[in-house]
Amino acid sequence: MTEHYLDEDLLLLSGIQHMAFCERQWALIHVEQVWAENVRTVEGKHFHERADDPFFDESRKTVRIVRSMPLVSHRLGLRGVADVVEFHHSKPEISGETCQLKDREGWWRPLPVEYKRGKPKKDGRDAVQLCAQAVALEEMLGLTITSGCLFYGETKRREAVEFTPALRQHTMELSRKMHVLVREGITPKAKKGKRCAQCSLVDDCQPYWMLRHRPVAAYLARMCSLEADEQ
Amino acid sequence: MRRLLNTLYVTMPDAYLACDGENVVIRVKDETKFRVPVHNLESIICFGFAGASPKLMYLCSERGVALSFLTEYGKFMGRVTGGISGNVLLRRAQYRWADDPTVSARLARRFIAAKIMNSRALLHRLRRDHKETVDSLALDKAITWLAGTADRLEKAGNGDVIRGVEGEAAQVYFSNFNQLILSQKEEFYLFNRNRRPPTDRINALLSFLYTLLAHDVTSAIESVGLDPQVGFLHRERPGRPSLALDIMEELRPHFADRLAVTLINRKQISADGFVVKENGAVIMAEDTRKEVLTAWQKRKLEEITHPYLEEKISLGLVPYVQALLLARHIRGDIEDYPPFFWK
Repeated sequence: MTEHYLDEDLLLLSGIQHMAFCERQWALIHVEQVWAENVRTVEGKHFHERADDPFFDESRKTVRIVRSMPLVSHRLGLRGVADVVEFHHSKPEISGETCQLKDREGWWRPLPVEYKRGKPKKDGRDAVQLCAQAVALEEMLGLTITSGCLFYGETKRREAVEFTPALRQHTMELSRKMHVLVREGITPKAKKGKRCAQCSLVDDCQPYWMLRHRPVAAYLARMCSLEADEQ
Repeated sequence: MRRLLNTLYVTMPDAYLACDGENVVIRVKDETKFRVPVHNLESIICFGFAGASPKLMYLCSERGVALSFLTEYGKFMGRVTGGISGNVLLRRAQYRWADDPTVSARLARRFIAAKIMNSRALLHRLRRDHKETVDSLALDKAITWLAGTADRLEKAGNGDVIRGVEGEAAQVYFSNFNQLILSQKEEFYLFNRNRRPPTDRINALLSFLYTLLAHDVTSAIESVGLDPQVGFLHRERPGRPSLALDIMEELRPHFADRLAVTLINRKQISADGFVVKENGAVIMAEDTRKEVLTAWQKRKLEEITHPYLEEKISLGLVPYVQALLLARHIRGDIEDYPPFFWK
């Protein structure tokens, strides 16, 4: 069954990478509206500002580069902006994978490219974000996109990402879960893991409250007892 | 834990605040006097009617730096904030809880229990450290009496009874406050707690410290997404930061009262640093205000072990931690609110 979300229910597409990283982190940002900038996020912002500078020749005959392209997917219920979508000239037309561009002759195949400050990550959260962009593009252009690219600032390399059925499924599941959390107003309980060390929201999340939970009643009784300060 | 950033206090009345890139710049007569990167700041407090550029206000809103304007005597006038942000679900829950007398009473008991225990701890510390010089008998009586209120408070079913217990405890505490003053006793004498206007030096000093504390607590409450105007103990009144006043209760003895006592006892401030008006109103002089601000800022950097988190944090982060604990309690992460106790 295919979902169809209304405009008013759309969530931020870029959030799907937080969701893939940690459900609680996503909920803290998008449900609790807590946002803590740390060095990483500030650097990421600056990196993106630079990525917005044109460093490809836009006038190349075989590639058309579009920056900051607004995206929406009603199937995923996500909206956002793609850093870069490249349209590669295609001769001949590949049915279902190419489209036409205004004021441009021939057939063009879209390739979403997402710019990331750091290096490739093991958990695949960047691939999920790229896949969500691709799904949105597919919906908007009425075609199928088989792959996209992640460009990493640290390695200065592009990594191709294949939009496999498994990746598409994972992307769909994450966005579905995001909508459930928003609808129910749920912030999942913390689960402490190695990733907490690289999370910019750890001070607002305080994962150890849940792990080394101290009952408040015992705390109150201890603090209101007089023995401790009578010596 | 989060790092405590600095608060910039602007006390020169002809200072103008501007921004230059990522820096906050203070200009006096077109000359740059001070410059600090915005990411080092927690908040900016202007005393007197300094000017500030819209661009600076924009930067402060964007970076979550609280920018407040106070009169030169410390009365709060206003604050620059961004649009209403934060979690509407959290605020809705806060409002529902505030409307529920049972929940409100429970939280009110927490704030007041900690306030009474903390003021008691202050009297207790003094009796222990200065056995020879203080009137131990009177102090003993007060300390025992304050401890006894814990039971009455726990049984108090509604806000009025809690406020009644609080009032009596404050009466007992402040009537023993002069015992805390070990030097300059003649000049610094508290007749009774009063504030509009303060009619003795201690009241003037306490009022000023409470203003600083209220500013910090209000910012902390806003930074966790709660509404500072909707409280559980203090009734709502337009313009009154009721929740900030609630959380302040537990922090007053340790943050403000103890600092006031230290400043007087160590003679960091003196009687001639206050102006007494013809009608008895007492105003702090400029130099005294600066001295108090410096001491306040220094005190906030002191490290303590938070009694509930059992984690080392700077004292200045305590308002933030308490606001966060309350927010997390309202959102269901912890089953009750653990107030701040000083032991």
